[in-house]
Amino acid sequence: MWSRERGRLKPLRCGVEELRCRRREREAALRKARREQQLVSKRLLRDEALEEAEEGCVAVIFGEAEIQQFLRLAQRGTEEKEREGALVSLRRGLQRPETQQTFIRLEGSIRTLVGLLTSNRALLQLEAARCLHELSHSEQSAVVEACLPATSYLLTYLSGHSSDFIELCLYTLGNLIVESEAVRRQLLPQGIVPALAACIQSPHLTVLEALGYALSQLLQAKEAPEKIIPSVLGSTLPQHMLQLLQPGPKLNLGVAVEFAWCLHYIICSQVNNALLITQGALSTLGLLLLDLAGAVQRTEDAGLELLACPVLRGLSNLLTEAAAEAVGRQLQLRDERVVAALFILLQFLLQKQPSLLPEGLWLLNNLTANSPSFCTSLLSLDLIEPLLHLLSVSNVVLTVLCNVAEKGPAYCQRLWPGPLLSSLLDTLAFSDTEVVGQSLELLQLLFLYQPGAAQAFLQQSGLQALQRHEEVAQLQDRVHALQQIALHG
Amino acid sequence: MQLPPALHARLAGAPGSAEPLPVERNPAAGTAPFRFAPRLVRFPREHDFFEDGDVQRHLYLQDVLTQVGGAPERPRVPEFTCQVAGCCQAFGALDDYEHHYHALHGNVCSFCERAFPSGRLLDAHILEWHDSLFQILAERQDMYQCLVEGCTEKFRTSRDRKEHLVMRHLYPVDFRFDKPRKSRGPAMPGAAEQVLAETLGDDGVPSEGDAMEVCSEHVEPPPEPAGERRAYSHRCLTRI
Repeated sequence: MWSRERGRLKPLRCGVEELRCRRREREAALRKARREQQLVSKRLLRDEALEEAEEGCVAVIFGEAEIQQFLRLAQRGTEEKEREGALVSLRRGLQRPETQQTFIRLEGSIRTLVGLLTSNRALLQLEAARCLHELSHSEQSAVVEACLPATSYLLTYLSGHSSDFIELCLYTLGNLIVESEAVRRQLLPQGIVPALAACIQSPHLTVLEALGYALSQLLQAKEAPEKIIPSVLGSTLPQHMLQLLQPGPKLNLGVAVEFAWCLHYIICSQVNNALLITQGALSTLGLLLLDLAGAVQRTEDAGLELLACPVLRGLSNLLTEAAAEAVGRQLQLRDERVVAALFILLQFLLQKQPSLLPEGLWLLNNLTANSPSFCTSLLSLDLIEPLLHLLSVSNVVLTVLCNVAEKGPAYCQRLWPGPLLSSLLDTLAFSDTEVVGQSLELLQLLFLYQPGAAQAFLQQSGLQALQRHEEVAQLQDRVHALQQIALHG
Repeated sequence: MQLPPALHARLAGAPGSAEPLPVERNPAAGTAPFRFAPRLVRFPREHDFFEDGDVQRHLYLQDVLTQVGGAPERPRVPEFTCQVAGCCQAFGALDDYEHHYHALHGNVCSFCERAFPSGRLLDAHILEWHDSLFQILAERQDMYQCLVEGCTEKFRTSRDRKEHLVMRHLYPVDFRFDKPRKSRGPAMPGAAEQVLAETLGDDGVPSEGDAMEVCSEHVEPPPEPAGERRAYSHRCLTRI
């Protein structure tokens, strides 16, 4: 996305309100799909300039006779331009589902297309590939599966050198991959993983972004943890991915987004995260987090949250691995800049995409849970007050505060006085038992480690705040215990 | 949410952190009825926690079509022709030329001028078609390498290899980059026709673009009866 011209929006053919409405509908559809574990999306690579020129023609549906005519011309025409033109017309027509259906039912059509794909006429090859790409994007399984005879060639061409062509092959493969497990059952033995591993060494950003897309689709497959990720981990793909995620002037956002998602799918499948850690995944993601925080301050770049999300997830999940602890002893993971970066990102997300805040707080929990170092950073960088600001977003804020408080008096002393008490009194007014429960836990720790905390609590009408919950089953015992401590020490 | 002003500066500063405060726990902390203990939290793939972010990700994938402009304008240049000897294809855009060059002149066999999609296939072709040492070795050991990137299997004959490609790798039976050497006689016009005839597809139409059959082939002469030697030119007879 970023490697293309930015800011070239299509002229709006409908009102802004209608666009928003459509987006809401799409979002609802995607949520539903995810709940049914059917969340797949296809990417369609259409040349915008071409498309605008062709506006009028897309309306036409081609019948059998016309398709046959185009194929014949493409295959046996005498003039190069004529042959190309025929394929271009066919390709435009294939944007229509009706034409797609007719095409695949026509005997020999795919065979002819594959013949053109593997011909030595470069421009015919390209157009044939575009035709296949249109088919691969279809919502009809029959149409997509008609492309299967071409896959061995698409994979073979990944080792070629023509970047446009390879990009097209990759997006087509990516679309085929999401179609069904049956398709993947063909692609895997055909060597898609080694082919991608060879192709990832390409210097072309467009190719890399396309490869990342295709790979992310492969890794998202339901059977990926058992059938796909082990061979991906056994290949050179992870090393190359991590290299492409190294922050610095050469980091391309579009490429990074795709590979960050790839990494997330691998990590959350929990196949062999220890291996990834030895290859430097923790360190790379940590550096990327710092880089992202720097980027969000500098630019209005749309889409940084698309990269932030998988980075937050990858880091959070990797931190739970035993192997992470060994690495954590290195300076890298005690670096307080990580905490600073996370908060800068939290602020960014608060404005750009609040729905991602829980993910950021999840990382904060995993950073602070077992780390005196990061808990100290929270305090020394003065981040408690900003953290409290997020109380309404998620209970994890309270969990993080508990992470800090449970480390003892030295920590509680730094939490006190400040706005913490009044925030806690606020949360005690909530009816959500989870929130109140966590508040009670925090209060216990504060009463235990911070002299004067209980007294201040009493003075601020804390007892009344507790009384509300005296009858609630999950809270009773703790409420009474706190009341006792507050009154009697 | 107000961040402390020094935070941004800290981010830009050197790695490192303050000495951690001393940890000193009281055993009463988190004991019944309380239960807090710090915990690392992990979410597996399908967890609902990921729903929002996943939905955004897919909106993005779909959005690429609807919002972002397509490929950048291809720079047009004054028409020029391909400089490779014998090729007179003309182009008005560099991208088109790049593709043409790689497709036709990239991995080309210097013996018979066939073009291949990749170095791996070209190497296999040269070994199997133009290397007499290969033929000798092949009589004693498995020399036919599997064509699939990443597979290290080797086979005694090209037919065994084809069977492996089909059975193990689910390749099409008529995979176009695995044509076995056919004629073993000297390259003659008759041989060229025969090869072309064999490339006719089921529909009886010459599948023109088989890169491997377009030009007539030069083949190694079969082992001659002792005492006779013939020399053949290494030049292609024609190039279509």
